[in-house]
Amino acid sequence: MKRLAKWRLISFLAILTLVLSGCGEPYLSALKPAGEVADTQYDLMKLSTFIMVGVILVVVIIFVTVFFRFRRKDDTIPKQVEGSHKLEIIWTVIPILLLLILAVPTVAATFKLANVDQMDKKNSKALVINVRSHLYWWDFEYPNQKIVTSQELVVPTDEKVYFNLKSLDVKHSFWIPAVGGKMDTNTDNENKFWLEFDSKRANDAGGLFYGKCAELCGPSHALMDFKVKALSRDDFDSWVKSMKDVKKPQKAQTDLAAEGQEIFNNSCIGCHAVTPSNQMPDTARMAPNLTNFGDRSRVAGVLDHNKEDLKNWIRDPEKYKPGNMMTNKYPKMSEDQLDALAEYLMGLKVQQ
Amino acid sequence: MHAEEKLTYESWPAEPERSTLEAKNKFTGFWLFLGGETVLFSSLFATYLALKDKVPDSSMPLAKDLFELPLTFVATMLLLTSSLTSVYAIYQMKNFNFKKMMLWFGITALLGAAFLGSEVYEFTNYVHEGHKFTSSAFGSAFYTLVGFHGGHVAFGLMWCLTLMIRNAKRGLNLYNAPKFYVFSLYWHFIDVVWVFIFSVVYLMGMVG
Amino acid sequence: MSTYAQKKGFGATVWDFLTTVDHKKIAILYLLAGGLFFLVGGLEAVFIRIQLAVPNNDFVSAGAFNEIITMHGTTMIFLAAMPILFGFMNAVMPLQIGARDVAFPFLNALGFWLFFFGGVFLNLSWFMGGAPDAGWTSYASLAIHSKGHGIDFYVLGLQISGLGTLIGGINFLVTIINMRAPGMTYMRMPLFTWTTFVASALILFAFPPLTVGLVLMMFDRMFGSNFFVVANGGNTVIWEHLFWIFGHPEVYILVLPAFGIFSEIFSTFSRKRLFGYSSMVFATVLIGFLGFMVWAHHMFTTGLGPVANAIFAVATMAIGVPTGIKIFNWLFTMWGGSVKFTAPMHWAFAFIPSFIMGGVTGVMLAAAAADYQYHDTYFVVAHFHYVIVGGVVFSIFAGVQYWWPKIFGTMLNETLGKLTFWLFFIGFHMTFFIQHFLGLWGMPRRVFTYLPGQGFDTANMISSIGALFMSLGVIVLLINVVVTSVKNVKVGDDPWGDGRTLEWAIPSPPPFYNFKQLPLVRGLDAFWIEKMEGKKGMTPAEPLGDIHMPNASFLPFVIAFGLFIAAFGALYNGEHSWAIPVIVIGLLVTFGSMLVRSVKDDHGFHIHKEELMDDNDKGVKA
Repeated sequence: MKRLAKWRLISFLAILTLVLSGCGEPYLSALKPAGEVADTQYDLMKLSTFIMVGVILVVVIIFVTVFFRFRRKDDTIPKQVEGSHKLEIIWTVIPILLLLILAVPTVAATFKLANVDQMDKKNSKALVINVRSHLYWWDFEYPNQKIVTSQELVVPTDEKVYFNLKSLDVKHSFWIPAVGGKMDTNTDNENKFWLEFDSKRANDAGGLFYGKCAELCGPSHALMDFKVKALSRDDFDSWVKSMKDVKKPQKAQTDLAAEGQEIFNNSCIGCHAVTPSNQMPDTARMAPNLTNFGDRSRVAGVLDHNKEDLKNWIRDPEKYKPGNMMTNKYPKMSEDQLDALAEYLMGLKVQQ
Repeated sequence: MHAEEKLTYESWPAEPERSTLEAKNKFTGFWLFLGGETVLFSSLFATYLALKDKVPDSSMPLAKDLFELPLTFVATMLLLTSSLTSVYAIYQMKNFNFKKMMLWFGITALLGAAFLGSEVYEFTNYVHEGHKFTSSAFGSAFYTLVGFHGGHVAFGLMWCLTLMIRNAKRGLNLYNAPKFYVFSLYWHFIDVVWVFIFSVVYLMGMVG
Repeated sequence: MSTYAQKKGFGATVWDFLTTVDHKKIAILYLLAGGLFFLVGGLEAVFIRIQLAVPNNDFVSAGAFNEIITMHGTTMIFLAAMPILFGFMNAVMPLQIGARDVAFPFLNALGFWLFFFGGVFLNLSWFMGGAPDAGWTSYASLAIHSKGHGIDFYVLGLQISGLGTLIGGINFLVTIINMRAPGMTYMRMPLFTWTTFVASALILFAFPPLTVGLVLMMFDRMFGSNFFVVANGGNTVIWEHLFWIFGHPEVYILVLPAFGIFSEIFSTFSRKRLFGYSSMVFATVLIGFLGFMVWAHHMFTTGLGPVANAIFAVATMAIGVPTGIKIFNWLFTMWGGSVKFTAPMHWAFAFIPSFIMGGVTGVMLAAAAADYQYHDTYFVVAHFHYVIVGGVVFSIFAGVQYWWPKIFGTMLNETLGKLTFWLFFIGFHMTFFIQHFLGLWGMPRRVFTYLPGQGFDTANMISSIGALFMSLGVIVLLINVVVTSVKNVKVGDDPWGDGRTLEWAIPSPPPFYNFKQLPLVRGLDAFWIEKMEGKKGMTPAEPLGDIHMPNASFLPFVIAFGLFIAAFGALYNGEHSWAIPVIVIGLLVTFGSMLVRSVKDDHGFHIHKEELMDDNDKGVKA
């Protein structure tokens, strides 16, 4: 009886947690799908889960019956049964049928999610984004719009967005759980796939999805997060326009920021660009583009977006992202210099 | 039958390689081992095909610039003939003719050594043309595949010589007959692998 | 051989084990070494769960965490699970087919020492500048990028121990093909023997691709080649293919013997022959075969294209069918039986629902389009732990409890055994069930920490508490082993009373020649048939005669040790001037001792009829 009580407690706890956290967070969970790809995948998950729960039920019924009915009671020797052709055929054929039921939509979905014909068509209006992954940050280039941004992907809702994925150092994997995924960024070749962001459910998620790196890539693999801003087509177009308007580095607004800009131009601009129309090839873009840094929601993908955390980051990146490529690439900054830099960077906004 | 028994031409069994339990085990085990070796070489072939002509810059020689038929043809002939001579050796072993068996194995070893010599000569040539183990993925894959085979030939050569020297004064018995037999299996195997290297690497390489 | 019964000094015992070629002693070596590595891997698992118990934890650093997960996976798969199963195969399989030894006793010992030195080499990395840190899969781009010598330890250590495994596999295959007792046809072999057979065949064909992959990686890292250096024409996807062509069959190499162990236990403690024996054999072979056709399902997100993904998805689902057949056959073995819930039976019984969970998530993962969501998340972590722990580790615990009396001649304590079971079982489900959801909620695998505010906190804490229960279970098992060994109450031939197969027809532990006279096998469950006809033991198939046995040898140890030395040279190649000489010395030791083995005749020795008769008398007196 004691065992049973223990069991109850544990299963109660387990169920409680499930209820409490439900299906996870709307901006992060694959169980809260927010787009066509994630929907397709969620449907497949549900179908396979239903079939499998059915299988489990049958097994559990036999299992429980065996437990109660066939315990050893006396020393009699049971009949030695060789098998049963009828039964064996049943439990061969039924699983085959069940798997066929699952296999057909699987194959259909696999081809659907891999369909990127629109990318290669001439004069296609489809939005294409080149994703370049680095240790441990993400670079996003919009080749048709001729702009580059980093760390925060901006996309229009309710239309297919196409991605070219490649890594420039070690293999990473591009994953936006709530919207669908994922695809590896290989070092050898460009992978292609598409996603669609649903406007209504993007709103539910606060307009900002969490993106992750899903392939072990070194010490800071866990911290290689990015964010996705899903905007309506109009807002997206205006974002593109205001990005394109930044033809040369933005002027600092305050004295402190001007001081910061000078420090930046001396120590940072060698790697970080502050204009979006980056003419350099992807391999030459050494560090995240900071054109709209002030609009972003995180520092270095993981820290809160405020001056204090920004200063902490510049003071000692190694502490927050071990193994990153920024540490020791610039001179040590005094507190005043950090204040100035933070003021300048936080002022880099393209949207008012 | 016992491995240590002294046998004569009359009492020599038809299948000396399988007439004791130990010999039978060796025979079965070695066949299985060759199965594993087949997978090993298949993996190397697959790697080679994937990396063929993959070089960092266009100045480096490709397969069609490198390979020459005459030399590889000679090497192929040497190795194929050595396979044939090892068949003769085994034939003599089954006939309980120790001296002739040793002779044929000796010829086999000589041909094997000649093959290795031609391979070393060939590799030196390639290195001079800029096709090195470290220069490109193509180079790495080529030398690894062909070199693995060459390594197998070298090992076989050592094996053959060890067997011949060790048993030079003992004549045939059921303890050493399976050893000779298994060696000949090995030798045939590396010959077969070479046939694939000749067709996949050299012939297909020259076609482009 | 009455000398064998005498007590020996410690030194003599050690020397005996260093030179033994007896499969039963090699089995004990495998169990000991594998058990030790299991504890190391378990400790690493505990560190992982401590680090992940709360968000933003700094119990270990990011770099150290990657080393720990890499070593946890590598150790558990290569150095714990497989060797322990090899231990059971060595201890039991020759007995089950009625053989006096394995086909290649010398190679058997060599296989063990290669595994052992490979494992020691790999673990020395902890003390020599850091362990490998690119995951147990060691994907090429990261592995080439990795600084220090960690990956080199991985490459060389696995190469050496992999050789040992390959040798072991061939040895088992030949033993089963050539050395079955009279009457022991293939379709009368116990299922554990069958699964040993199929798993060994998988080893034979799956390890060479790994060997090649490791060679390429070794050349790239130590000798300047360019297989995976993209800038020089290399291609990293080749590694993924080679690794998974090995890696997927590896899962079946582990789980098939586990199925075999459970089949023995179900049938024994239900007092019923295995339901659908022939379809069980068929399913085993089919799983082994299909195991080679599905490797790319580990690479669905690599970008192989929809055609490849669809084909591999369907092929993977197909494996569900033979696995399902097995589950139902086990259930119906118990159905109508007289089931006694001994400690081994606890594990076997609990294995069914646990493994089913792993099986069904396996089918879910096979659905390629949906796998894009599961891939490389905690869902996958949960899935393979359900398969490997719920299947393989359960079977190891079950097998230890079940065969302990046969191997050591004394029974493990049943109550403690059941306590281990409950602790481990509860801990296992607590740790891993919740991880399915973590993955679906968006938590990638192999993360050294996670930020708060993503909904991961509670679930991770639950998971970590589960790990505590599992550890307690293992500790109770260790106590059990000590208590049992101290008491050392001797048991008879068939201590469970329900033994069905040949190993239960001979003394526990068996004499070093196993069978005085080879038994005559008259059907499946050979010993059970005789018992049911009222006989005490097997009918001999031959008159009492001399028995031919192999000589002990120290050479296997030396051969393996030579490679161990050479590996240090390769590790420091290009860094120290002594590297090349060390490689040469190591290889000389290895090839030199192979040469000695080759030119020195070894005919073994004979136990004479008279000595066997002496043993007989003693048996009567005792």
